[in-house]
Amino acid sequence: MPQPQPALHLAVALDGAGWHPAAWREAGARPQDLFTAAYWAGLVAEAEHGLLDFVTIEDSLGFQSSSPFAPDRRTDQVRGRLDAVQIAARVAPLTRHVGLVPTAVVTHTEPFHVSKAIATLDYVSGGRAGLRVQVSVRAHEAELFGRRAFPQLRLENPRDLETPEVRALVAEAFGEAADYVEVVRRLWDSWEDEAEIRDVATGRFVDRTKLHYIDFEGPHFRVKGPSITPRPPQGQPVVAALAHRSVPFELVGRSADIGFVTPRDAVQAEAITAEIRGHQAAAGRAAETVHILADLLVLLDDSEAKAADRRARLDARSDAAPAGDALAFTGTPAGLADLFEEWLAAGITGFRLRPATVPHDLEQITRRLVPELQRRGLFRTAYEAGTLRGLLGLPRPAGRYAASPAAPTTAAV
Amino acid sequence: MSKPLKQIHLAAHFPGVNNTTVWSDPAAGSQIDFSSFAHMARTAERARFDFLFLAEGLRLREQGGEIYDLDVVGRPDTFTVLAALAAVTDRLGLAGTINSTFNEPYEVARQFASLDHLSGGRAAWNVVTSWDAFTGENFRRGGFLAREDRYERARQFLDAAKVLFASWRGDEIAADKDSGVFLRDPDAGRFAHRVDQFDIRGRFNVPRSPQGRPVIFQAGDSEEGREFAASSADAIFTRHGTLEAGRAFYADVKGRLAKYGRAADELKILPGVTFVLGDTDAEAQEQALLIRRQQVSGQTALKFLEHVWNRDLSGHDPDGPLPEGDPLVGENTVARGRASVRMFRDPLATAAEWRALAEAKKLTSRELVIEVTGRQTFIGSPSTVAAALNEFVQTDASDGFILVPHLVPGGLDAFADTVVPLLQERGVFRTEYAGTTLREHLGLPPFGRPGATVRTEAGAAERTATAS
Ligand SMILES: Cc1cc2nc3c(=O)[nH]c(=O)nc-3n(C[C@H](O)[C@H](O)[C@H](O)COP(=O)(O)O)c2cc1C
Repeated sequence: MPQPQPALHLAVALDGAGWHPAAWREAGARPQDLFTAAYWAGLVAEAEHGLLDFVTIEDSLGFQSSSPFAPDRRTDQVRGRLDAVQIAARVAPLTRHVGLVPTAVVTHTEPFHVSKAIATLDYVSGGRAGLRVQVSVRAHEAELFGRRAFPQLRLENPRDLETPEVRALVAEAFGEAADYVEVVRRLWDSWEDEAEIRDVATGRFVDRTKLHYIDFEGPHFRVKGPSITPRPPQGQPVVAALAHRSVPFELVGRSADIGFVTPRDAVQAEAITAEIRGHQAAAGRAAETVHILADLLVLLDDSEAKAADRRARLDARSDAAPAGDALAFTGTPAGLADLFEEWLAAGITGFRLRPATVPHDLEQITRRLVPELQRRGLFRTAYEAGTLRGLLGLPRPAGRYAASPAAPTTAAV
Repeated sequence: MSKPLKQIHLAAHFPGVNNTTVWSDPAAGSQIDFSSFAHMARTAERARFDFLFLAEGLRLREQGGEIYDLDVVGRPDTFTVLAALAAVTDRLGLAGTINSTFNEPYEVARQFASLDHLSGGRAAWNVVTSWDAFTGENFRRGGFLAREDRYERARQFLDAAKVLFASWRGDEIAADKDSGVFLRDPDAGRFAHRVDQFDIRGRFNVPRSPQGRPVIFQAGDSEEGREFAASSADAIFTRHGTLEAGRAFYADVKGRLAKYGRAADELKILPGVTFVLGDTDAEAQEQALLIRRQQVSGQTALKFLEHVWNRDLSGHDPDGPLPEGDPLVGENTVARGRASVRMFRDPLATAAEWRALAEAKKLTSRELVIEVTGRQTFIGSPSTVAAALNEFVQTDASDGFILVPHLVPGGLDAFADTVVPLLQERGVFRTEYAGTTLREHLGLPPFGRPGATVRTEAGAAERTATAS
């Protein structure tokens, strides 16, 4: 039996000391520990304590920068990070329920490697793995690999994103991302669930008719398969992408289980969900569950005034206010719960919160917001499933290559 | 005066995708569940081993155009398992095999630096050079290397990675809340490196890790492989398991170090070896025979002969004499991408040699394969095995061993319980970890000590490391 689902899904996005550029200078911040396992283990344990569906872990191949396309030489913000897939793997044995969704950049990496890495994360976490795919068209990140050259983009005003040159680049990068997700997913299915037979009588470890070449060919790569890693516990770990505009909306509709979106209000939320649902239907996936989670940067305190003061203090310590793709919510947990209700009515199915500071805003989420949502009957009071797909109400799918397509099993393990 | 006792280094190889691993035994557990990896790692750490080792192969093995199904098939992703193992162990080194052909230096350097941070300084990288187009079919760039270029790329790859590891000195992060200075150096991590395989520049985004860089292993036996190890590696994983071959290899490779300005103890030589224990030597010998027969079934023997004969032998009787006729010479079409094909580069000579052996010892095909594929094994009671291992090390056939158990996950348990205490009694193996990093376990000089220079194969001192 599928478990009853909570009215909304809730995730936190973990990144350094928090999403405000001055977060690392806050009293409770531990900027010296950002590169230790204990730091990440603590944050993820806190998220699990709050019964969250999952955490995402940000990543990038290049240095962080305060400008979107060019590097900077700032010394007053957090710089440097660890590989997100490994952070997720490092905390997996220390947690039991919370989903682990690291970011992987798809532009310069190998789908074969990433597919087996996430399959393995699924094994080490007992079915709690996801993958958040991210493209990179930054010229200076391409130079780290030296295999492709991208033009140096400028972003002085929003119209710079609409030049034909930029549009073509973005379309190509997202086309590659869609191919990448296709390869990753085919590789996850390239072993049928029952491929390992250990048949002592015939001496065969696997039934090779249940291992499949994926034979993918596209403009950016060809991949033969099968994966070297057996089908992961969830069958298909969860795939997510952040999407701000039409091209990535299409990627979400076609390829993802979760889209992270950035509406500024309920009206935009409704328009965005409609557009993604349209892409989903056009891709023949209307019957599948695709979650649309709104990203919000959150700064929470028990009074509006206190939150506003803290915001002012943080902003004063930084010439750059937090990067503006997502709406910044400054207020109380109850106020945020009100906003949730309004956006849920607009078609949003959950929220990915970017804590402005860690641990303060993370604990506000897990210890104040979650109880408030529980009081309103909007959120779980105990974990109802053991896998990330289970928490998200996604059935465990049959493999696409399975000879006689069995009906998807309903309940995830 | 006799020379001081050498300390033995011990590592555990998680048994994998080859016929050493007996999957048919009732005690054989999962090859993929994390619990198997955790069990073996904890056993190794309980026994105070230096490290756990994972091999890697990036395409499922095939024979005769079909996926090879007689051995274990399937393995996890190396970095991901090692990062998870860092959570269930405290001191054990974590060594991963990562290929230099189907990866890029920036990404691999990031991954090893991350693993080193997340494990508190326990990461090691076994640089392997498999280059075949068969494996390349799983990757963006395909199989683009000629055999003779594999070490050139490996050398340039490792050099590039070393440039990246050296791009942070270790003192750049101030994280001073009061002054608001996070980075002391606005150019931390900056690098530019141009050689014929790589043209990369920018800033490396992982700060200096506890070991400065992972411990570097090399596995490969050729002239070029040995030279590569002598110039660039901290340890070699070899297959030389007999005393004589081991001593010759040891002398050869250690003899190459001086010309790179390195001392003999800066490169550890660690053969991969199997072992079988019993209450008595006779019992162990009997058990070893049984295991060999589990490892080499009649079918396995025929498949193995196909690597050399290069044709379908499925109709041949494994319990009769070797196949008649010579191997098919030319490109090996039966077992593309298999390590043994690289090993037996002259199939005619190999077949002739085996035929002579089989006739002399009156061996069937299966018995012959059992005979020629037996890696050096240490067989006997715990005290016999402890004495043999110690002799091996004290007489300079190796600096220690990478033990390859034949069973997952419990294949190391008896060794940990019975042989290790005997080695400790002899004073040749640690009873406690003295340090926290793998470099310390291996007795390697600390990397990047103040004033030390980071040297790469190209000979250029690209940056002086001033802090650790
Ligand atoms: C003991 C040993 C272990 C090896 N393990 C691996 C491995 O796990 N994965 C891999 O791709 N190659 C492995 N190799 C292959 C080597 O990296 C190398 O490509 C091969 O030995 C050919 O180089 P050579 O001619 O110098 O021996 C191993 C080689 C040796 C000797």
